[in-house]
Parts: sequence; C-alpha cells; structure tokens
Amino acid sequence: MQTIDLEAEGLRHLNATLHAQSQETNQTAWEVINPRGSHAIACGLDAPIEVAVKGSTGYYCAGMNKQATVRVHGSAGPGVAENMMSGMVVIDGDASQYAGATGHGGTLVIKGNASSRCGISMKGIDIVVHGNVGHMSAFMAQSGNLVVCGDAGDALGDSIYEARLFVRGSVKSLGADCIEKEMRPEHLEILADLLEKGDCDAKPEEFKRYGSARKLYNFNIDNAY
Amino acid sequence: MKDIKQDGPPRTEPIQSATFTQSINAEIRRAAATGIYDIRGGGAKRKVPHFDDLLFLGASMSRYPLEGYREKCETSVTLGTRFAANPIELDTPITIAGMSFGALSGPAKEALGRGATLAGTSTTTGDGGMTPEERGHSNKLVYQYLPSRYGMNPDDLRKADAIEVVVGQGAKPGGGGMLLGQKISDRVAEMRNLPKGIDQRSPCRHPDWTGPDDLEIKILELREITAWKVPIYIKVGGARPYFDTTLAVKAGADVVVLDGMQGGTAATQDVFIEHVGQPILACIREAVRALQDLGMHREVQLIVSGGVRTGADVAKCMALGADAVAIGTAALIALGDNDPRWEDEYQKLGTTAGAYDDWHEGQDPAGITTQDPELMSRFDPIEGGRRLNNYLKVMTLEAQTIARACGKNHLHNLEPEDLCALTMEAAAMAKIPLAGTDWYPGKPGSSY
Repeated sequence: MQTIDLEAEGLRHLNATLHAQSQETNQTAWEVINPRGSHAIACGLDAPIEVAVKGSTGYYCAGMNKQATVRVHGSAGPGVAENMMSGMVVIDGDASQYAGATGHGGTLVIKGNASSRCGISMKGIDIVVHGNVGHMSAFMAQSGNLVVCGDAGDALGDSIYEARLFVRGSVKSLGADCIEKEMRPEHLEILADLLEKGDCDAKPEEFKRYGSARKLYNFNIDNAY
Repeated sequence: MKDIKQDGPPRTEPIQSATFTQSINAEIRRAAATGIYDIRGGGAKRKVPHFDDLLFLGASMSRYPLEGYREKCETSVTLGTRFAANPIELDTPITIAGMSFGALSGPAKEALGRGATLAGTSTTTGDGGMTPEERGHSNKLVYQYLPSRYGMNPDDLRKADAIEVVVGQGAKPGGGGMLLGQKISDRVAEMRNLPKGIDQRSPCRHPDWTGPDDLEIKILELREITAWKVPIYIKVGGARPYFDTTLAVKAGADVVVLDGMQGGTAATQDVFIEHVGQPILACIREAVRALQDLGMHREVQLIVSGGVRTGADVAKCMALGADAVAIGTAALIALGDNDPRWEDEYQKLGTTAGAYDDWHEGQDPAGITTQDPELMSRFDPIEGGRRLNNYLKVMTLEAQTIARACGKNHLHNLEPEDLCALTMEAAAMAKIPLAGTDWYPGKPGSSY
C-alpha cells in the first residue's frame, strides 16, 4: 500500500504520481490521506489501480476515470466521476450535484444519497445509488443505467434518450418525455447484475423501470414549452 | 427624375413599407403557413457597424513607414503563456474557429487541418469530438470542451494542443445547438452515443458547472488531467464583453476567445442569430479594457472572431488590441462553400450562391456541410487545404502591408491611434475618433 498525504504533498504530486502508473504496475494499492474536501483528486486515472481516499472530497473526484477503482471513504462533492470511461468509483457517503455526469462507461456506486442532476447527460455509465436522488436526475441521459434504491426527485429523466432508469421508491415527478416502462425479464437480469455490482441487497422485482417515450427525438414545434 | 404624366385623375403611387418589407412579409407568410420558426446556419446577415467602418491613417510626416516587401513585419503569436507549460506558437495570428464533425463532413474537417497546417496556424474541433483525420492533418489542434460533451474523452483531451471551454458563441450567446437527423450518419451517431437519424440537441449550459467559481475548479481538473501542459481557452459570445472577459480571466483562462454576432453557427433559429448578441466591433475594446484593468493584456491572449474576412479586418482587430483572430465562415468560403459553380443546384434548393444557409439540412451542393456520401465526394480535401492556405497567406500579407504602412514591424504593434472611424456608430463602438476629428461619442471629458 502506497500512502500519499495530500495536505503535505499537494494535488499535483498526487495526480502526477497516479498518472505515472502503467498498465503493468505492481503498485496497485494507493491510499490518499487528508483529502479535506480538495478538488480534482485522482482525476484522469488510466491504470488498473485501486485508490482509497480517506475522507471527503471536493469537486470532480475521479473525473474522467479509466480502469481504476476509486473509493471515497466519506462524501463526494459535485461532479464525482464525471465523464468516467471505465473502472469503478464507490462513494461511502453522499454525493453532491452532477454525480456521474456525461459518464461513458464504468460503474459509480453511491452508498448514501445523490443530489440533483445525478447522471445528467450520461453516455453509457452505470450508476447505483443506495439512497435517494435529487431533482433533474438523468436529464438528457443518452445511454447506460441509473439505479435508485430510494426515491427520485422532480423531473426524473427529463428529455431522456436511451438510458434505462430503475427506481425502487417513489418518483416525485417525471420529466418531459420520460415514462414508466414495462419491466421485462431482460431488464430484471440487467438490474440484478447492477445491484450485485453495487453491493446492494435490494430485489430487482421491487423496482420500476423508466425510459424515453421517444416523442422528442425529432424536432416538433408542438413540443416546445 | 422626371415626373411621369398619369392618365386619368391623380392617384397615390403604391409605396412599399420600410417596416413591412417584402422579405419581412414573406417571413410572416412562411410562419403563418408552417407554424415553425426559421432555422438556418451562418451568422447575422443584417448590416451592423463593422470593420469596414474603420480606416487606417497610414504614415506621412508624423509617422515613419516601413518599406513594403523589404523590411520585416512579424506575424507570429504565442497563445497560452499564462499557465500552460506548452503554449501554442503560430506563424500567423489567423486561426480556424471551432466547427464540428457532423456539421461539416470529414473531408472538410481534413481540409481545414491541411490548410491551417500549411499556413502555420491552428484549427479547432467542435461539438461531436475529435476525428483521427482531423488530428492527423492538424499540426496544432484546439479541442473544444462543450456542454454536450459529445465524443468527449480523456485520450483525445490529452492529444490536444489546447483546450477551448465553450461557454457561448456569437451567433447565439445563451443558446445551444441542434444537429438535425438528416446529418446523423452512422459515424456521427456513434461518436455522439445516440441513435442514428434523431435530432441531436446540444445544451446551452455545461452539465457539471454553473458559474465562474465552478468553472475555475473545472479548469483545475482539466489542467490536472493534462498535467498543466496545454493552454486553456474560454470562448464566449459577444454579450457583455467587459464582464465576461473579466470572469474568464478570474476562472483561470490562458486565452479568451470572443465571438461577435456575425460569427457563424451550424444551425439555430434565425431570430436568435439576428437579434441576440453584439457586433464584434462593439466587443473588442471592452474586452481589451477588461484585460488592461486586470493588468492581463497580452498575458492572457485575446482571440476575436465574427465576420473577419480580409487582412484589413485582421489588422483592425490587432489595432483594437486583439492578439489573434479566428475565421469560420470565411474559411468555408475559401474551401468552396456558396461557390457560384453550383448555382444550378442552389436554385433547385430555392436559394442562390452566397445566400445558401440551410447547412443543417445536409444538402450542401459543395459537399462541405453534409454527411451525404455522394455530395461529400465532390469535395477534395487536398485541394481544399491548398485553397485555405492560399487564403490565409493572402490575409496575412494584406495585414502586413497595412502594418508596414503604419510603421509597425509586428502586427501586434498596431494600435488604436492608427485608426479613424467613418461613422458615429463605429466611432462609439470601437472608441476610435471620427475621421477628421479627435473625438468619439463617450470619450472621457466629452459632453457627448
């Protein structure tokens, strides 16, 4: 286990050290202490390493992650795992706004709640939230899966494209062009896999599925607000 | 003019309204028939105060000129000197503005890269990401970081020579974009992670930051991911240039890109293009003033765009305080867009060469703003690159000609004192004295 004291060694040193890890590195276990809400911790990683952040983080922790597994032993600020490409990011606490925004791949697990715009414009990422998500989550979500074990706030899935949304609790309101959809066997299978990956003991049968009505796919003036 | 003798009792001559013009009336009828606003490409077509309303004074007894062709007049510019380890060094201050693969064909993007590289300048990606052809043919490539994040990935980010965070553009400050389904080929759809054939919306706001305080942190993240190597530009539309420039510098920009309302777009509402934003002439001095007030003029470089067409325009931008310019529409024309050789086909589309602006429909006879394989095959990227290089060279030579006439051995040595204004409007907007006077409206100490 390699330990980096962020307070003592600084952000540039931390990220440069993690970026320097190659595909074949045998230094795969890293620990970051004293994060103290700093921004851009462990962003842009591209190696099969595991990074444990011992405390809460600021903006854009694990942004654009590839391959790496990043675990935040605390809560995460806005834009955690934004534009993630692959790998896994786990937040033990809560996540602020825009968690997993525009993510192309990989898995983001939030053990607590996620704030507004979770999964905004997601492009293939899988997001599993053990708690609730705030308003405008999965706004313009293009592809991937968002699993919410608690409740969803207002305007879930507004202007959604092809992403799948699974919610166990209540949905305060659905956004434009987002509708409840039939939960077919293949969806239960996908959901079971996601719940397992997200270390979540909820049962797939307890969820409802939401997705696009596909009525906004081609511009029609009658759809304008 | 001689009065014409009328037969019968005197009557009032039919008079066309200056308010309800024939084109306005036609638009009312079109709106009434279709129920939808007009969407088009390009920038503002209305006449606004522009660089043609400024003149250079040249040299005489009170200024000493440089010998044309013989004495050196430098044109190089370095962009991104504030924080980046690897600033961009260009031979000419005329850069190619961001235009997307999707809006433009792959060969057209390739031609922009070829031409820019030959001329020693940079080109810029657009919404939809970076293509290998574009990267391969562009010696200096600026990667746009846009609200949609279509095609955005850290590998391409690290291949870029600079990153341009797009906050807005001159054609539609405050607006997003739309790429209509006709132009969504398999490749475009794949790059944007969306189904083929649907209309793709580009949001007007970034998904993971809201104001300049957030943007400062976003830029920190981009710098960390790219190891502080490449310059970060912030592009804004010509809305409130003094404050927008101030906030861009505060957010950590190496370079501010300022785009006036004449700057083009691939597609948006005509009402947006023609009625939102300011002409570039009104924006440059305010942006420069912001940089000067911050003590950052020349340390944070300013690139201006929106209706730059000639070397004279380039020289005027330099004289007003810009470090470089960007061209989009002019570059497309150099490639062959709106060329009269395709007049018969423009006529079939209900338009004419020079007026064709339905770029979003993907039927461009010149094969530039299309994804139709047959139309694309009409365009030769090698010839397009050659033409663009020629055009960039001519503009650079023209700007040098003017700079030498003003006694300047570098384009950046041109200054507001080299200019006069032909109209009160241009004088007020550019803060340049009206020709024959030492006064402009709003001049400090003036009552007017």
